[in-house]
Amino acid sequence: MTKPKSLNKESLFSYLFILPNFIGFLVFILFPVIFSLILSFVDWDMLTTPKFVGLSNFINLLGIHKEANRFALNDPLFWNCFGNTLFLMLIIPIEILAALMLALFMNQKIKGITAYRALYFLPTITNGVAICLLWAWIYNFDFGLLNTLLLKLGKFLELPLKGIPWLTSTKWSKPSLMMMGLWVMMGGYNMILFMAALHGVPKQLYETAEMDGAGAWHKFWNITWPMISPTTFFVSIMAVIGGFQGGFMQAYVMTGGGPERSTTTLEFFIYNHLYSWQHAGYAACIAWFVFTVVFTVTLLNWRYGGKIVQYYHY
Amino acid sequence: MKRSNLYTVLSYIFLTAGAAAAIFPFLWMVSTSLKEYSSVFIFNISDIRWIPKPVYWKNYLEVWKVVPFAKFYLNSIFVTFFVTLGQVATSSLAAYAFARLRFPGRDKIFFGYLATMMVPGSVTMIPVFTLMRIFGWIDSYKALIIPAVFTAYGTFLLRQFFMTIPRDLEDAAKMDGCSLWGIFTNVILPLSKTALATLTIFVALGNWASFMWPLLVTNSIEKRTLPIGLAYFQELYQHAQPDYGLLMAGSVIATVPLIIIFVFNQRFFIEGIKLTGMK
Repeated sequence: MTKPKSLNKESLFSYLFILPNFIGFLVFILFPVIFSLILSFVDWDMLTTPKFVGLSNFINLLGIHKEANRFALNDPLFWNCFGNTLFLMLIIPIEILAALMLALFMNQKIKGITAYRALYFLPTITNGVAICLLWAWIYNFDFGLLNTLLLKLGKFLELPLKGIPWLTSTKWSKPSLMMMGLWVMMGGYNMILFMAALHGVPKQLYETAEMDGAGAWHKFWNITWPMISPTTFFVSIMAVIGGFQGGFMQAYVMTGGGPERSTTTLEFFIYNHLYSWQHAGYAACIAWFVFTVVFTVTLLNWRYGGKIVQYYHY
Repeated sequence: MKRSNLYTVLSYIFLTAGAAAAIFPFLWMVSTSLKEYSSVFIFNISDIRWIPKPVYWKNYLEVWKVVPFAKFYLNSIFVTFFVTLGQVATSSLAAYAFARLRFPGRDKIFFGYLATMMVPGSVTMIPVFTLMRIFGWIDSYKALIIPAVFTAYGTFLLRQFFMTIPRDLEDAAKMDGCSLWGIFTNVILPLSKTALATLTIFVALGNWASFMWPLLVTNSIEKRTLPIGLAYFQELYQHAQPDYGLLMAGSVIATVPLIIIFVFNQRFFIEGIKLTGMK
């Protein structure tokens, strides 16, 4: 076996195996992580010499200052974007619930499962930009499908229904994007994972419960829900991690981040700072803020959410 | 008995209603793509007629002329192919070494891989973008392909899978005088078809849909991939009602091949998703 501190054949061979991947890892992952950490303490427009500014990026981002005897945020725009991101994430529980419900309905002797599954999976494999264009068209104020239907319904019921400015009012822009998100997410990866989890619940558990006269709700709450909790946990964590980094394509293709920045998420904000305004240092600073939030939430989830999850061993 | 019948009927109703909700926007996409557009006909295009009258096929010919759609398509295929090939090849080599071979520093290096997996893409994107500028790779295929090849996730996924392969098989091969390379190609790879297929599907799907990175590093029309091309297509109409007939035709063309691939390989997709959910 391996002789300590000498390069034997196996070690040499191993280094050759990992070399292509490791070089790429160093150049495109590890070095950038370190570089980006340094960047967050630097003011740099990507043209002139970078200037070390200490913590001032972070202070500008997160701090407050006094203005006419009142406290004001240093970067209200950033907090606005953070709020938008959190608001858009409110749809996540509903998305997960919808996926679970679909999986529950499919988890029986039903004909055409493959067809149903394929139909529900369609939005997931469709190109994201195509989906954004499609929904921008459906949400179009003057000629879109939804408003046309709404006006027809109004005429039919003889009610004075008016078209809704789905993407062009601050009131509706976020709910509209959330509704689109629900449509994409309900039948995607989460549904497939729930179907697999439901399939894995041992049948005897239900049979035993039935002998004890347990009803459908009772069986769900005492058998299904705890048995699939690892999947629920996994799906939730992934959705939250994705949520903090989401919203870029919708903002870029559908709304331009507007109206009045109501759909500008952190990710779009980072892009603006980096690409539109050439604030590489500040953009890195925001990206690290996102990392810190994601990391903390995941850690808390593991620490406290883990206790809710019940693992069974057979 | 009766109760369960009722439940089944309810399931069918619910599932069908849900499937209708999933499919209707797509039908509207196809329907719109077959309608003629001009300022006079804007009402024609918004009229709720699921089957257009007359059916206007010309959009499907026009798309290729209004923007270099074929070029976008070829770019996407080219980039996705090499990113997927590069990632599956380099990840499987490294994953084998991490899973099975002994060498000084193995666990430390692998810990480095793991540690970077939590870092959001936007953190590394900024330095890699500046690297591209330093290398002079902006607006080249190199910038689209090479940074996308390397992810810690691919190596991690394959390593986890390789670990589950029984060691006896390798020991038997070793006894027969098989080299490490021989074990890798004749034992490990054939036994990991599911994991390799999974990684291939996810890398290919992810790269096909990749949006922010190609947007950052390309600026000429010739280097745009399909998603960026579609977005650019829409930007042509910045000050007018977009020609949604054309846009939807483009969207249909961009989507249909993936749907066909998915329908014929549904089992692979489903198995792959289950595999990644169980790590």
